[in-house]
Amino acid sequence: MRVLLLLLLALMSAPALAEGSITIGFIGQDRPPVRPVSPLNREIRDEGLMGARLGLADTATTGRFMGQAFTLAERALRAGDDAAQAARLFRDQGTRLVVADLDAPALLAFASAPEARDLLILNSRAPDDDLRHEACRANVLHVVPSRAMVADALAQYLVFKRWRRWFLVVGPEPGDKLFADAVRRAAKRFGAEIAIEKAWTFRPGNARTDTGHVTLQTEIPALSQSPDHDVLVVADEADAFGEYLPGRTARPRPVAGTHGLVATGFSPVTEQWGTTQLHARFERLAGRRMGLADYAAWAAVRSIGEAAIRARSSDPAAIAAYMRGPDFLLAGFKGQGQSFRAWDGQMRQPILIAGPRMLVSVSPQPGFLHRGSELDTLGVDREESRCRF
Amino acid sequence: MPLLIVLLLLVAAAGPAGAETVYVSNEQDNTVSVIDGATLAVAATIPVGRRPRGIALSADRRQLYVAVGDDNRIDVIDLATQRVTGSLPSGEDPELFVLHPDGRRLFVANENDNMVSVVDIPERRILAEVEVGVEPEGMGVSPDGRIVVNTSETTSMLHVIDGATLELVDNVLVDTRPRVAQVSADNRRIWVSSELRGSVAVFDAGSREPLAKIGFQVPGVSSELVQAVGIQLTRDGRRAYVALGPSNRVAEIDAQSFKVLRLYLVGQRVWHIALSPDERRLYSANGNSSDVSVIDLERGDVIKSIGVGRSPWGLVVAP
Repeated sequence: MRVLLLLLLALMSAPALAEGSITIGFIGQDRPPVRPVSPLNREIRDEGLMGARLGLADTATTGRFMGQAFTLAERALRAGDDAAQAARLFRDQGTRLVVADLDAPALLAFASAPEARDLLILNSRAPDDDLRHEACRANVLHVVPSRAMVADALAQYLVFKRWRRWFLVVGPEPGDKLFADAVRRAAKRFGAEIAIEKAWTFRPGNARTDTGHVTLQTEIPALSQSPDHDVLVVADEADAFGEYLPGRTARPRPVAGTHGLVATGFSPVTEQWGTTQLHARFERLAGRRMGLADYAAWAAVRSIGEAAIRARSSDPAAIAAYMRGPDFLLAGFKGQGQSFRAWDGQMRQPILIAGPRMLVSVSPQPGFLHRGSELDTLGVDREESRCRF
Repeated sequence: MPLLIVLLLLVAAAGPAGAETVYVSNEQDNTVSVIDGATLAVAATIPVGRRPRGIALSADRRQLYVAVGDDNRIDVIDLATQRVTGSLPSGEDPELFVLHPDGRRLFVANENDNMVSVVDIPERRILAEVEVGVEPEGMGVSPDGRIVVNTSETTSMLHVIDGATLELVDNVLVDTRPRVAQVSADNRRIWVSSELRGSVAVFDAGSREPLAKIGFQVPGVSSELVQAVGIQLTRDGRRAYVALGPSNRVAEIDAQSFKVLRLYLVGQRVWHIALSPDERRLYSANGNSSDVSVIDLERGDVIKSIGVGRSPWGLVVAP
């Protein structure tokens, strides 16, 4: 790990070549550390950033053979920082391709700043559908899947399993409600039914205190008493209570959604399509398995690198044009080439259906057809998009 | 006695098509399936190391080499007894490899290590390592032994290595996630498949100038699922066969005009393919349906599918 970091530092501090030198910006934001619910998970403070660094290392190899040098310019927004100021710094440095590991409000402020007009921003964190609809921006591409894509992927799998009657449990956070919106939309699109819906009203307990399980064992059956259903779909993006549901529900039904059977753009458990090698490189760099934010940042940096190499150009405008164009294809370790939708800038990609310890399936599921790409059965299709650049 | 052997060999050579034996590496089963070409049935199953993928015959055809990636070595199977009798070093995580025409060196793609390892077989040691791109995959060698070709999946490159000096001669950008690289029998062309673009590029082996780019369309299958993996070229230079991955097809190509002549429907997620010694048959390893399809190239038809182990990956046909 240390050697690789040194290597990266060496790469970053290498003198810029007059020609064939591309600086990729990375902007993260300070987030309060989250203590994981499960003792098997560790608190992670460098999620996203490590993915970007691996993306740079992977890209630098091709670049070396092609005579192109890639560097990463890393910044972080702290609470109260001015997003426009950050955009100005990138612009004044000549860094016009920027990976944004930002939540939706910060991303919108960053992308909407006049200083960001000539930047191309790759969203690697915010799943908000609004950012792909009314709040879409011409200078933003979305590498991380939208909530609509994730919910559609889950819905396809549940419908494939003929688990059509859902019990939706929605947490109190704004993200939970947005994910629930996406789940309702997906149910309608793919012929499932939200048979019951309840809000999670308990204060998040702490199962890891001594005998914490006792309270949960009475609380959760009380909440999940309900008419019959095939599957409980939970919306708990903040990871406050979803982990407590499997094994405690009133009825013996599986849990899916943000916990249990999880639809996600990437998961530490996947090994398919050569992901074994991606994980191995990432573990050498970061000392842990790759998660979704790491993957999205990796894919964003790789997208810039791939476009630069294919376009045989170090000009940010040419790179951006290639990325949006019909020939762009990212090898993202999910079995199919990934590219950007013209109508809202979203990267089309397979979505994994992951269990807690193993990969379960990958959507789109067989039988969900599309006149163009079956990947466009996930999320917002051209006709449904309310994005006007 | 020697006369008798010669006689027997002659009889064997004149035998009906299909007197051959097919060896299939089963990635998830840690076995090699042995298919009798005459009966087209599995005759034996040989346990090997973990995650067997690349597979090749020794120069004298008495031994089989199988790359067992999770054990970081190449297992050596004695074909007379059908047992693993030893192993060769391979470098980390060997995947595909190729036997140099000198009969004594293997060139091994180390998928996890950005290296091509050169293994001296009699001495059982790694002679050299050649640094290539990220995730080395395909390995090919020209019949005259002068160039060794390799692909790197994540770097998307064809790497050309001098077979004598082991210098990296050239690095050529190819389509996304290249898989297999093969050199034609006349040493003059290099064929490279790209999995995610679903294309095959043909280069002049000397100048590395592109000669052709072949695309594939499978009716009723979306373009993302038409992916190119295994390549086989006939000795007469007239035909090329390409495995098209999750589109479950093998394409037959006119190797001179580069036109796609026909598609054979085979099992699911066809990975690697192998021609029989008489080139009348093509066998395909179908990873998701765990079977091998047998294509009769004269009849132009798939004549059988044979269940093998889980996730058949590579195969080789012995006379």
